[in-house]
Amino acid sequence: MPESTALNDPLLEEPRRRDLLQIGMGAVAVCYGAALGYPVYRYLATPAVRSRLQGEISSVAIPEKSLPATGAATMFLFGTRSAMLIHHEDGAWVAFDAVCTHLGCTVGFEPQNHRIFCPCHGGTYDMKTGEVVAGPPPKGLAAFRVEVTDGHVIVSRT
Amino acid sequence: MATSSFPEPEASGRVCTEKGGVCRWADERLGLSELIELARHKRVPQHKYSFWYYWGGISLLFFIVQMFTGILLLVYYRAGKEAFESVRQITYDVDFGWLIRSAHSWSANLMVFAVFVHMFSLLFMKAYRKPREFGWWSGLMLLGMVMLFGFSGYLLPMDELSYFATKVGLQIPSMIPGLSGLVNDIVRGGSQVGEATVQRFFALHAVILPLLFLPLLGFHLYLVQRHGNALPPGEAAKPEAERRTIPFFPNFLAQDLAMWLIALNVVTILATLYPWDLGKPADPLTPAPLGIHPEWYFMSQFQLLKVIGAWIPGFAGEIAGMGLFGAVTVFLAVIPLFDPSSSWGKRARLTTWLGVLILGGMIGLTVWGYAVL
Repeated sequence: MPESTALNDPLLEEPRRRDLLQIGMGAVAVCYGAALGYPVYRYLATPAVRSRLQGEISSVAIPEKSLPATGAATMFLFGTRSAMLIHHEDGAWVAFDAVCTHLGCTVGFEPQNHRIFCPCHGGTYDMKTGEVVAGPPPKGLAAFRVEVTDGHVIVSRT
Repeated sequence: MATSSFPEPEASGRVCTEKGGVCRWADERLGLSELIELARHKRVPQHKYSFWYYWGGISLLFFIVQMFTGILLLVYYRAGKEAFESVRQITYDVDFGWLIRSAHSWSANLMVFAVFVHMFSLLFMKAYRKPREFGWWSGLMLLGMVMLFGFSGYLLPMDELSYFATKVGLQIPSMIPGLSGLVNDIVRGGSQVGEATVQRFFALHAVILPLLFLPLLGFHLYLVQRHGNALPPGEAAKPEAERRTIPFFPNFLAQDLAMWLIALNVVTILATLYPWDLGKPADPLTPAPLGIHPEWYFMSQFQLLKVIGAWIPGFAGEIAGMGLFGAVTVFLAVIPLFDPSSSWGKRARLTTWLGVLILGGMIGLTVWGYAVL
């Protein structure tokens, strides 16, 4: 019976007890490190967590005095993200997330070229739908819902 | 292995359990085995005063905690006009900011305490004697820098207490003829403690002092490694056969690390249970709060100036107080030269009694200072 021989061998039992002790010590060390590391992580992450909470909004009201003229756009913050509100020549209002889907630069409205353009790597978006027209962006700009009421515009998530 | 021109590290088997592998690969390039061998040959004396050998290491641990928590505070601290507001944010707004700040303050105080214990224990063990003079001198300079770290760091929150403590602290050297202009133009950055002061104290505390402190600490530790632990005279007088030693690695190192763990626990427990307070913002138009006093490690000097000031009124008293304090500093600096012929094993009672006088005087004045607040 080779199994029982192995179990009864005192030379084999000793290292096993030692292994257990070492695993236990290792576990205590990991817990100690985590107890020190957790507050440090939370300390460093505070602004990121706060801004994430700040970004969790569903709509933004843009007051009348900030509204763009016909054929122009205005930039605003949707929570913490850059966004743009465009007032087209035909009177239509559209709003997009203004962060390029390629590598995160802020895009700009170019009415003379009839496009939304990212100068970083030449990403070009359709100024009415936000779809990619040219360049490296993998997808279009996210569009917001725009409601025009008396005096101001409300931009909300779709 | 006859064809190999590279000598095999002899003791590599002691570091790496297996032949080959990453450990062996690293060992061949970094010489880890040699380091371990060196550490294994190093031995630490074991006697009834061995406990005092830990205090240099404990001071070092507190310094490491200071660097770590100091860098973390740097993430949110803003010197200058917003100093108080940024410390208020760290203490009340940022998650666990109170804990980091509290750990930094507690560890600073514990570090000053540990450095004093380290210095006095070496003074009484006569560890400044040949060949350890440079270790002693570099240690005194480190102590001076630790006090400066404390003084400059105390202002940074710009609350009421730190404002007045710095005001008074800078007033004292200003009384020395010729120093007033220097303190005004260079140290304080104006006639009043303000934005300019806190900004330059921050530069001193977080850049200049660490830049000077770290290489000096490296030199100090190199000397400790080079000369090993000093034997107290009573122990050195014993014949070699009667002296006991333990290996540095792993025995002493394990004990040292256990001490570090205890010290780290003391910091975290104190920082958690007794978080450091933040007072009202500094306001030059508000009178100083009653019972204002310096941090405990400046208390003996503060009380000395008060006592001598009552005895010899006016400017002469200040000069006498500072002269006495200066004399103590000079005595500590020249002690290795003053006590040169005392070979190992000789007790040199005069220096011992002077040391007792200094330590007793410091403790007595500190207790007295707190008693009459």
